[in-house]
Amino acid sequence: METVVFAVLNGVIYGLLLFMLSSGLTLIFSMMGVLNFAHASFYMLGAYFAYTLMEGSNFWIALFIAPVLVGLAGMVVERYGLRKVHARGHVAELLFTFGLAYLIDEVVKIFWGRTAVNYKVPELLDFPLFTLYGAQYPAYRIFILLVAILMLVALWYLLRRTRAGLIIQAALTHPHMVGHLGHNVPMIFMMVFGAGCALAGLAGVIGGNYFITDPAMAVQMGPIVFVVVVVGGLGSLEGAFIAAMIIGLLQTSAVSINASLADIFGFLGLAGTSEVGGITIASMAPMLPFLLLVVVLMVRPTGLMGDREV
Amino acid sequence: MRSTRTAVLAAAVSAIAVTAAHADTIKMAFIDPLSGAMASSGEPALQSFMLAAEHINANGGVNGDDIEIVGYDNKVSPKESLVQLQKAIDSGARYIIQGNGSSVASAIIEAVNKHNARNPGEEVIFFNYAAVTPAFTNEACSFWHFRFDAHTDMKMNAITDWVAKRDDIKKVYIIGQDYVHGEAVAAAAVSQLKEKRPDIEIVGNELHPLAKVKDFTPYVQKIISSGADAVITGNWGQDMTLLVKAAADAGQKIPYLTFYGGSNGAVAALGEGAVDTLYQVSEGVTNLEASDEQYAMIEEYKERFPQYDYYYDRAFTTLQMFDAAAEKAGSVEPIAVANAMEGLEVDAAYGPATMRAEDHQLQQNLFVTTVAKDVKYGVDNTDLGWRLVDGGKISAEAASTPTTCQMERPE
Repeated sequence: METVVFAVLNGVIYGLLLFMLSSGLTLIFSMMGVLNFAHASFYMLGAYFAYTLMEGSNFWIALFIAPVLVGLAGMVVERYGLRKVHARGHVAELLFTFGLAYLIDEVVKIFWGRTAVNYKVPELLDFPLFTLYGAQYPAYRIFILLVAILMLVALWYLLRRTRAGLIIQAALTHPHMVGHLGHNVPMIFMMVFGAGCALAGLAGVIGGNYFITDPAMAVQMGPIVFVVVVVGGLGSLEGAFIAAMIIGLLQTSAVSINASLADIFGFLGLAGTSEVGGITIASMAPMLPFLLLVVVLMVRPTGLMGDREV
Repeated sequence: MRSTRTAVLAAAVSAIAVTAAHADTIKMAFIDPLSGAMASSGEPALQSFMLAAEHINANGGVNGDDIEIVGYDNKVSPKESLVQLQKAIDSGARYIIQGNGSSVASAIIEAVNKHNARNPGEEVIFFNYAAVTPAFTNEACSFWHFRFDAHTDMKMNAITDWVAKRDDIKKVYIIGQDYVHGEAVAAAAVSQLKEKRPDIEIVGNELHPLAKVKDFTPYVQKIISSGADAVITGNWGQDMTLLVKAAADAGQKIPYLTFYGGSNGAVAALGEGAVDTLYQVSEGVTNLEASDEQYAMIEEYKERFPQYDYYYDRAFTTLQMFDAAAEKAGSVEPIAVANAMEGLEVDAAYGPATMRAEDHQLQQNLFVTTVAKDVKYGVDNTDLGWRLVDGGKISAEAASTPTTCQMERPE
């Protein structure tokens, strides 16, 4: 029982963090039609900006300023980089974001060094909130949960209940029509790109001290984020949400399962002493998201909620 | 702060380069992670070797020649290490230094064996300062490999001796990194506990991916629900720090018996919770009795590299031994040095150190230490530091284990 409770709690938090990261990517994807390889790099920038801002001020200021800075950086990239490359087609765009990811990686290494920085949880939240089955639960994790839910509600409200959201949604699918109606479509694209990056930055701010802030964080997070977007269905926020939750729960709960493949497939004659039979579910945890990706693409190429083929 | 550290490093490199101008240089290639998740293990080691080399050079060098340490980043990948090894050999390095990751060390030993067989007269020697898989000085031993750290079975002996004395420990959980080192640690723990305390139940024996886990909370919760009284782990680098960080977050207060609890950041992550819960077995810690020169060295290290602490004592022993061997041989040629090093004894900072001729495994004192307040030197910029536990000193003779090595020596 306690295993289930902890797995669900940790899985939901991890899933929400993943969603925060991939929601921006999904929006940008629906807009540009191209995966932004540099997206996880903006996540990393968020964590590093917050770390630096925290040295000069405090966490709460960093929590608001860092995502804004990341968003501004994203807008600059869209306005002066992507928009110029856009004319040359998707391959050029893809290569551009690919190069950008490496560029940000190197810049981070030059400014903040090659090793992890000591980006700490703020003291105000650094206490055990409650004790569950003999294990304390840190308050900061619940804080992440709250921030993520707040962001989720705000995003939903913005896109579904406001006029701005209406125009954004229209611009995503019918940019020319929206342009003919007198809206500044390039401007909308820039704002959406900036907002998407800011969301990734926010995930970096609250995730950087929950996990670890080092130059490898973008490379390690990048593939998982793509899995979320593709499994959820390209361009579908609802799909991304479901996929993020599935992956979050899958990865954290798999770690707590001690059973080996032999225990599960023993009825097929797989012995626990054999090479394959000895593999435990726990040791397969890092592989599961990618397994899910492959299976979903085979069974449902549009992803869970998407309407386009990959 | 970052940039000052880089500047200090750069200054150290250029200082060596400048002094090197008027004497012959002995190039030594340091191949270890200098970026990414495990750089917090590689970087301080490189700094330790550089500082040790600087001191030797300032005292007249090795037979008049200067040591130059050049860092090569291998990202803890055996494949990348072989590329870097070739680069190092091509640039004239005849001495290779590596330690982080037995998977890497194993690849280097094999590559060095091959290189030396194919290029007589251009042999290279491998100084292993931290890869502790027992096989390297047992069935897979090589004349070209010297190990300056106690291997897994030796360290585990110290840990299991400590556990054997603690009657309150009834259940032990073993967690490690999923590669040859983690497997060796688990195997040693299981077999030694069975022998010394058959009543102890091993309630978990788990391997997790190397340098990939960002959040150890699920693992720690598993440990808690298993009802373990103590945890044994061979984790190092980020895997060590994040494991104890998750344990601290969960409020877990059981002893963590580690090889590398001294990894940068582990004590800081635990804070005062580390007192009497975090244990490590190592060849020395800064708060042991030592000479004034040793204290001066510890302080110089901290001043030069404020982000880290003096931790890799064996780096200093390695170069001390190299210096002594070269002097004894009257040469810096690898084969002459290797022959001179066999059976050589030096006075290291924390006791005598002897390079056993049969298997090239350094025999030195081991110390079981735990975290305490009110110590001479704190770590991780806290006032907490490592203190010897009662009866925690294991003499070189007691720490020694027999070897099965059948060494093939060059003609």
